[in-house]
Amino acid sequence: MYRQYTVKDTLAENRVFLSRVVVVFVFILLLTFALVGRLVYLQIVGHEQYASMAKDNRIRIEPLPPTRGIIYDRHGRVLAENLPSYSLELVPEQVKDLGETLDRLQKLLNIPDEKIEQFHKQRKRRKSFSSTPLLLRMNDEDVARFASVRPYFQGVDIHARLLRSYPYKELTSHVVGYVGRINEKELKNLPEKEYRGTHHIGKIGIEKTYEQELHGDTGYKEIEVNAQARAVNSLSADDPVPGNDIYLTLDVDLQRTAYEALGDYNGAVVAMAVPQGDVLVFASRPGFDPNPFVYGISSKAYKALRESDDQPLFHRALRGQYPPGSTVKPFVGLAGLEFQATDFRHKLYCPGFYQLPNVSHKYRDWKKWGHGMVDLDVAITQSCDVYFYDLARTLGIDRMHEFLTRFGFGQKTGIDLVGEKAGLMPSREWKKRRRNQPWYPGETLITGIGQGFTQVTPVQLARATATLANDGKVVTPFLVDKISEADGQERTGPRHPSPDLNFKPRNMQDILLAMINVVHGARGTAKRIGKDIDYQIAGKTGTAQVFTVKQEEKYNEDEIDFKLRDHALFMAFAPAYHPQIAVAVIVENGGHGGAVAAPIAGAIIKQYLGTHIAPGNEN
Amino acid sequence: MKTETRSEHFEKPSLLGTLLRKLHIDIPLFAGLLLMCGVSLIVLYSASGQEVAAIYKQLVRMGVAFGLMTVLAHINPNQFKRHSALLFSVGVILLIAVLVVGDVGKGAQRWLNLGVIRFQPSEMIKLTAPMMIAWYLSEYALPPKLKQIVIALVLIVVPTLLIARQPDLGTSLLVASSGAAVLFFAGLSWRFIVSTLVILASLTPVLWHFMRDYQRTRVMTLLNPEADPMGSGYHIIQSKIAIGSGGVHGKGWLGSTQANLDFLPESSTDFIFAVFAEEFGLSGCVGLLILYLMIISRCLYIAVQAQDSYCRLLAGSLTFTFFVYVFVNIGMVIGILPVVGVPLPLVSYGGTSMVTLMAGFGILMSIHTHRKFLPT
Repeated sequence: MYRQYTVKDTLAENRVFLSRVVVVFVFILLLTFALVGRLVYLQIVGHEQYASMAKDNRIRIEPLPPTRGIIYDRHGRVLAENLPSYSLELVPEQVKDLGETLDRLQKLLNIPDEKIEQFHKQRKRRKSFSSTPLLLRMNDEDVARFASVRPYFQGVDIHARLLRSYPYKELTSHVVGYVGRINEKELKNLPEKEYRGTHHIGKIGIEKTYEQELHGDTGYKEIEVNAQARAVNSLSADDPVPGNDIYLTLDVDLQRTAYEALGDYNGAVVAMAVPQGDVLVFASRPGFDPNPFVYGISSKAYKALRESDDQPLFHRALRGQYPPGSTVKPFVGLAGLEFQATDFRHKLYCPGFYQLPNVSHKYRDWKKWGHGMVDLDVAITQSCDVYFYDLARTLGIDRMHEFLTRFGFGQKTGIDLVGEKAGLMPSREWKKRRRNQPWYPGETLITGIGQGFTQVTPVQLARATATLANDGKVVTPFLVDKISEADGQERTGPRHPSPDLNFKPRNMQDILLAMINVVHGARGTAKRIGKDIDYQIAGKTGTAQVFTVKQEEKYNEDEIDFKLRDHALFMAFAPAYHPQIAVAVIVENGGHGGAVAAPIAGAIIKQYLGTHIAPGNEN
Repeated sequence: MKTETRSEHFEKPSLLGTLLRKLHIDIPLFAGLLLMCGVSLIVLYSASGQEVAAIYKQLVRMGVAFGLMTVLAHINPNQFKRHSALLFSVGVILLIAVLVVGDVGKGAQRWLNLGVIRFQPSEMIKLTAPMMIAWYLSEYALPPKLKQIVIALVLIVVPTLLIARQPDLGTSLLVASSGAAVLFFAGLSWRFIVSTLVILASLTPVLWHFMRDYQRTRVMTLLNPEADPMGSGYHIIQSKIAIGSGGVHGKGWLGSTQANLDFLPESSTDFIFAVFAEEFGLSGCVGLLILYLMIISRCLYIAVQAQDSYCRLLAGSLTFTFFVYVFVNIGMVIGILPVVGVPLPLVSYGGTSMVTLMAGFGILMSIHTHRKFLPT
């Protein structure tokens, strides 16, 4: 930079600076006087006027919360609605002696201590003039009892509110979800204006995923209030716009069939229509009653739910991650054909175990004495492990990983429900990254039969099954059929494209044949569900070993025996030619897939398709 | 008559005095700031609806801010001078980064997410812009020549526009005024100042053209708040009611009905002065303004006493910016300036501006307490 070498005249600079400071100081003083002048104007000249404005009637803007949208199933049955209910509310500012009033109310209406504590918590978060609920969902008797003594309770009143209600309770608890009181963390991220006046927000399931659709737009009314903050006159109003109604693809009847078919087992069932991908069944057992979450579940009841060994709050269909077991075999088989690692007619002798060269470890087949000579058809029909050990070794983990990923293993399905788990499709790279270990050849073998690191969620398995059923065109599950707006306009929910995975028709036919034989073949592992229907079901059983008992579980011999029992799995689609429905079933600790899981899928398929299909539909 | 000889003074320096000197703390300024923070906590308790958690949070922020002040007070002002250009460049780069990848909060892109903390580069520029311009001008003989003035103006305009784009009108105003203050203190000729003001005044219609809709609404609201009492005029009307109803003596601590009844929005942040005015009245307001003036006077004294032109210019500019803060906030709350998002310095709830302000005071203390050790 070019620099001027002028000598700095420090004294002159000092003098200039000093004069400038004086100017600035005078400037600051002048502006300060201007502020004081304005304050004098407001606080002395205008004082009386402003004081009366503050004291007398004033205008307050009150939010008018919108009515939340209704959730229906595919046949228009109500899954979530708003029911009027009475609540007892206090305006703390207007209550003279809060403690004494609460004591009297407690005696009058037998209010549990817990509700009083909840009230105090709520009260601290709100302004003292705002109405704070003490009891939500009062019964008629309590309403009558309070009404008769109401004049003696200043600042206490009964309000009518709409409360969310879920008529199907535990049957649809996970998928529909529930709303609960807005907590502080949620409050921070919410558009304040829109949620003024709204007390509840979707916490899980559709209620959370589609919160924006369901909530609606808050309206406002201007009211004049007097010094006691009571409304004296309503000036103008901007009406709220109710939330949009949502029609799910779910079929409650099928859902109930699935839920009841699970019986006493824990597990999950997902059924999808093929080829569109609408989810017909999304069941997770055990469920729970979501209604108490709306009006405030007691901490004891919540603790019981949370600590139950059956984990009713756990959404198994969406978040449960299980080893796929033998249900992975049709996919591995298809990989073998596509990569020409095997041939449909290629035969192998199964002695009941498999060994890697120069390793003494024996990888056992589930059938101790072996299957004898097996080709791919027999290997799928009878679920021969040895055949797939060999095929997996030929394919190698890299090709298996790549191929199964195409079916969506190890990836979220993209279903329109928050909280989905991705499962796990292991690879060399994954093992290096997560465990810093190389990939061992033995792990390739067990990956080939769906054991080891591989984990799938029920919805993932259903999606892979549907994709197989759809001739290798990817099917993405979705739950929202259509959204109906307040003005009557309707639009469909989010949809996904279905790219074609481009498998050879020949190979698809071979796998389909083997899967039909699983259900209809003489030695198929699920042959009992193939009776008394005049169409064919293609399926595959699976039995997944449970390796570990979770650490937090107590040691209890009987319990552990049960918990160590294998998970039973079954995937199926029907009719085998021109499929209309794909189902995935996982029964925790159910033992063998063919015995426990397959009949559940069978029941759903038969209910959906009937026992017989009009000619023309079946090829 | 009570006298105190020099020797006595040196024999018995008070323990606290020694400690503060070691910490490079300027006692009068420090006392003023502490007093201001005390006022802040008292008003905040009332404005937040008597929430102890808010007080606690603010105390923690004050602790952090005072800590940063102490650290900066320790650094020799020569270090600031030497690194002015670097710090300024980093600040400008971060401003550009925030426009490209920044987080959007409340509809404006001000935050840069650094993983651990979210950070507002515009805050950093509030300090580094005056540092840069003070350094640049002090490299030449003062008063500045035309070429230096033009370059200095460019250095002011670039960050100002970048911040205005976020959009954050309040902060861009503060940055612009801090830069302009350096030029003024450097001895910018009156002729130049007057002609610039005339040009600016004639450019007002152009500025209007470039303003965003919400900014225009604010200006219109100021001119006639009653036109839209329930919409954009609501803030100003409610705050005027709060202040006016306070009268001479106020309604007493915790007596604010406007804030407590929730008529006054943002009562603990940008509009906290209205709560103060309602509760403590005109007498309280005058007292608060006097306290601000005392802090400002001490800062100007530090500026006059400073040893080189860099320190003088920087100290003068930081002080002036502090006053602009006060004036813009109170002016907006009492309805003589448009509503721009500027908090009441040291009093409003929030940490961002507090930390920047205290950093500024740290630099002032550094300038004052390192004098004796400077080469002449």
